[in-house]
Amino acid sequence: MKMEIKALTIQSALAGLRTKQFTAVDVVGACLTNVKKFNEDYQALLAVVDEDVLMAQAKDIDATDYSLPLSGIPIVLKDLFTSDGIRTTAGSKVLEQYVPVFDATVVAKLKAAGAIIIGKANQDAWGHGSSGENSDYTPTKNPYDPSRVPGGSSSGSAAAVALGMCLAATGTDTGSSVRLPAAFCNLVGLKPTYGRVSRYGIIAMASSFDTIGHITKTVYDNALICEITAGKDAYDATTSEIPVPQYTNKLDIKLQGVKIGLPKEYFGLHGMDPRVSDVTRTAIKKLEDLGARIVDVSLPHTSVAMACYYILVPSEVSSNLARFDGVRFGNGRETFGMEAKRRMMIGTYALSSGYYDAYYKTAAQIRTLIKKDFDDVFGAVDVLVAPSSPTLPFAIGQKSNDPVAMYLSDIFMCPVNIAGVPAVNVPCGFVGDLPVGMQIIGPQFGEERIYQIASIYEKETQWYKKTPKI
Amino acid sequence: MVQEDPKNMNYEPIIGIEIHVELGTLSKMFCGCPADHFGKEPNTQTCPVCLGLPGALPVPNKKAVEWTMLLGLALGCTINKESKFDRKHYFYPDLPKGYQISQYDAPLVRDGVLKLKVKSHLPANTTHQALQAGKLKVEEEKSIRIRRVHLEEDTGKLQHAVIDGKRVSLVDFNRSGVPLVEIVTEPDFRSTEEVDMFAKKLQQIVRYLGISGADMEKGSMRIEPSISLRKSEILNPKSETNSKFKIQNSKLPDYRVEIKNINSFKFARNAITYEIERQTEMLEHGDTPTQQTRGYVEAKGVTVPQREKEEAHDYRYFPEPDIPPMRFAQEQIAKSKEQIGEMPDEKKERFIKEYGLSEYDATILTEDRLSAEYFEDAVKCQKSKARPPARQVKSQEVSSKTIANWIINKKVDRASVTPTQLLDQIIIAAQSVFVSGDELESIVTQVLDGNPKAAREYKNGKEPALMFLVGQAMRLAKGKSTAEDLRKKIIELISK
Amino acid sequence: MSDTLTSSDLAHIAKLVNLSIDADQYDLFSSQLTAILDFVSRLQEVPTKNIAPTAQVTGLTNVYRDDVVDQPRILTQKDALANAHETHNGFFVVPAVFE
Repeated sequence: MKMEIKALTIQSALAGLRTKQFTAVDVVGACLTNVKKFNEDYQALLAVVDEDVLMAQAKDIDATDYSLPLSGIPIVLKDLFTSDGIRTTAGSKVLEQYVPVFDATVVAKLKAAGAIIIGKANQDAWGHGSSGENSDYTPTKNPYDPSRVPGGSSSGSAAAVALGMCLAATGTDTGSSVRLPAAFCNLVGLKPTYGRVSRYGIIAMASSFDTIGHITKTVYDNALICEITAGKDAYDATTSEIPVPQYTNKLDIKLQGVKIGLPKEYFGLHGMDPRVSDVTRTAIKKLEDLGARIVDVSLPHTSVAMACYYILVPSEVSSNLARFDGVRFGNGRETFGMEAKRRMMIGTYALSSGYYDAYYKTAAQIRTLIKKDFDDVFGAVDVLVAPSSPTLPFAIGQKSNDPVAMYLSDIFMCPVNIAGVPAVNVPCGFVGDLPVGMQIIGPQFGEERIYQIASIYEKETQWYKKTPKI
Repeated sequence: MVQEDPKNMNYEPIIGIEIHVELGTLSKMFCGCPADHFGKEPNTQTCPVCLGLPGALPVPNKKAVEWTMLLGLALGCTINKESKFDRKHYFYPDLPKGYQISQYDAPLVRDGVLKLKVKSHLPANTTHQALQAGKLKVEEEKSIRIRRVHLEEDTGKLQHAVIDGKRVSLVDFNRSGVPLVEIVTEPDFRSTEEVDMFAKKLQQIVRYLGISGADMEKGSMRIEPSISLRKSEILNPKSETNSKFKIQNSKLPDYRVEIKNINSFKFARNAITYEIERQTEMLEHGDTPTQQTRGYVEAKGVTVPQREKEEAHDYRYFPEPDIPPMRFAQEQIAKSKEQIGEMPDEKKERFIKEYGLSEYDATILTEDRLSAEYFEDAVKCQKSKARPPARQVKSQEVSSKTIANWIINKKVDRASVTPTQLLDQIIIAAQSVFVSGDELESIVTQVLDGNPKAAREYKNGKEPALMFLVGQAMRLAKGKSTAEDLRKKIIELISK
Repeated sequence: MSDTLTSSDLAHIAKLVNLSIDADQYDLFSSQLTAILDFVSRLQEVPTKNIAPTAQVTGLTNVYRDDVVDQPRILTQKDALANAHETHNGFFVVPAVFE
């Protein structure tokens, strides 16, 4: 067996399996070893599938010719993904004993593609958070520095990939929840176009914002999973009929002629860590050197985007969490954590009689303006590039008592969800041992283009090769 | 009844109603579970969607949307070109998601009028002579405005039980998610009778369209009247046509009492009548009824205050983010309009004109679409030269009126008698009138001569023997006589 | 514009959304929610007259399913009740509600 799991990607794993250098049993076994080694310290996973079951699945795959697109690839699911027979908590005590009787569409697709579901990842309860600290269980730690947060809400997903517990993990992105943990853990994280990937079976946070993404080490791996999970689903009325391209076949392009916009509002932000700015500027210079044209653009309503987000999202949250009444599943409403209660209260207030016009309706009108900002800008440039976060991964506990400060960690990301366009986080360097991520934002259904640009940049820089010192 | 006695005319009932109709689609509103929930084992027709499991998403049933539009068009309403679903929030154990997917400010259908023929409110001093002379109309047309028709999902069902000495409620979600159409009228009703007529007419239209059984007993049609009383001032109570001179106090009372839990037309009438009496009594005592929801208790025939599901009715509606909005092109609406077909009133008028039926007969025949169709099929059979006559039946003219009479008076069982067979029966019956007495006697004589034993037995009081003889005679008569005529003749000849 | 949430506001909202707030949490909730409301109040500065609200970003319209029974998705009674706290003869059991 020739395999170093931490350095393994899906692409190299499939190559190794198909050329018989190692087996699915080897790959799954190596992942389980890391789970045993690291999970107690880092709290990446909330549930691990029984070893015997996993080994039996791996053996079944080893009896095939690995022709499925994800044959034998170990994957971890964020705990918002409903998985038949595997406990699904959403990171909340409300669902501490909930064992679903069906699979989310994406889970079914991954299984059908030959993936092996290793377990369920820790997360901010219900997806409410940017740090992982809002897990009703134990917060996840950043594999690059365990005193710091891994980013959230898909905190366990990012940590699990970085720790070599799996080769990819699913996540959801309502405001930043795939991209921010990917940025904080030196990984590639996709927030697809709203409607590109089915939400059926994913526990809803804010229905008109939720997107179903995933976290991988490389752009190729990311594009591969997107090809499998994306597409029209008869069980999700908001999915699009637009055909899904074979992203992995189209990654090799030249950057000549590609126009990249830099939203000026994102670069002049007060409170931006200058070290993060510097790393991002260097990355943008790299893109320019590779042939891209860099232009300054404006997203004029950026300053109100967070306010808009923090009215509309809690409104939908208050509605989506109404079904958790302890009758058909789960515990009673008294088991909700503080952040979920806060968001439900704010959302209820924003929708309540007498306040609806001032809050919900005004925010929905401003959403129109923000979406138009993006539509306008994509008339002039192919993609936008921006920092993923204004800061480096922050210390555990630093923002946990100040909801508004925590909300501002997502300032470069939430507008993307308001508009429903796709974005990918690509690692773009380090400050000391702490990773910095860069966002490439595309127009609606522009996944192909953002993957291409991310892929060229990744080939040149290969930041993903810098794995955590564990 | 308050409105018929001028002494009590001080208070005029103001009634508006909401009617819920469960659509008879195959599947539920937002998932593929069967919509027919009646009498099924509890919780055997559910899926993640209608059980409100985490992560499940609704996808609307196309037929339910089309049928709601059809109903709206049949009620003379306008179809909103832009419509959407909204979430209506409240907590109750039979509502699995904590919200009901309904429609708020852009229902599929709005603004229509349904016309009723109601009895005129004649002044008390109306003379029989005046009525006979046709000076006063006994019926007048009354328009009931329909505010909106929208589509939503039904809730689960609760029942109450005591388990291990503990009072509990049991929940069954088979009904959860069944498509439900809500029809809301303006407060245009002024009497129990008007409400009754409207509800029956609506039921008839729904059944004509074939979109629901609209069965009150099964709960697939539910009426919720809202009742209040207002003082009506009459300038000249002796006027013949008081409605003209009545000052229409246009201001609506600032309260209304909604009545729930009504599951038959009779209970609806009783509940409204009771409520009018209750409120009249209160007003006469100087009290003002309060805005509230009351439930009808059938055993006692009274209404009682219901505890509110939620104190403040703040449903926090917002657009359902899981379902894209609906847009309808003019051509599409026009196409739906073509699908409506003939509604009961039109059909009735046509039957009167085209077939020369009386209003009474036409009304009965058009009560439901199937009996109207049956009648017309029979008429068509009659007219069609291609109709192969049954072996023993000669073709013969039968009037539409005769066919109508047969269907109405003989209560023909449509399931077992085809229109062609019906026509044969009518012709046989008609022909039997013309069978000559001689012929009849010769048939009976033949039978008696051929069966002396049976004839003797009958003479000795054995009734079954008569049946046997009638049967034999029927065979010889080959349908040219009725059993009754033959029986009479046999008795007559034997007794001789 | 910014609203300050009083205890009675909090109690009303909590009731609407069916949550119970512990007595000792009122102050914390009140200050945090007021801070959030203060934060979002900047929305009021943006002119929004005649701007249509956006509830969804897909641009999709008229998405339906055909009226057919989806047999494979129907749950058995056992599966439907599998995660319930309390069941009885195929029903979910809840504390008595007054009809």
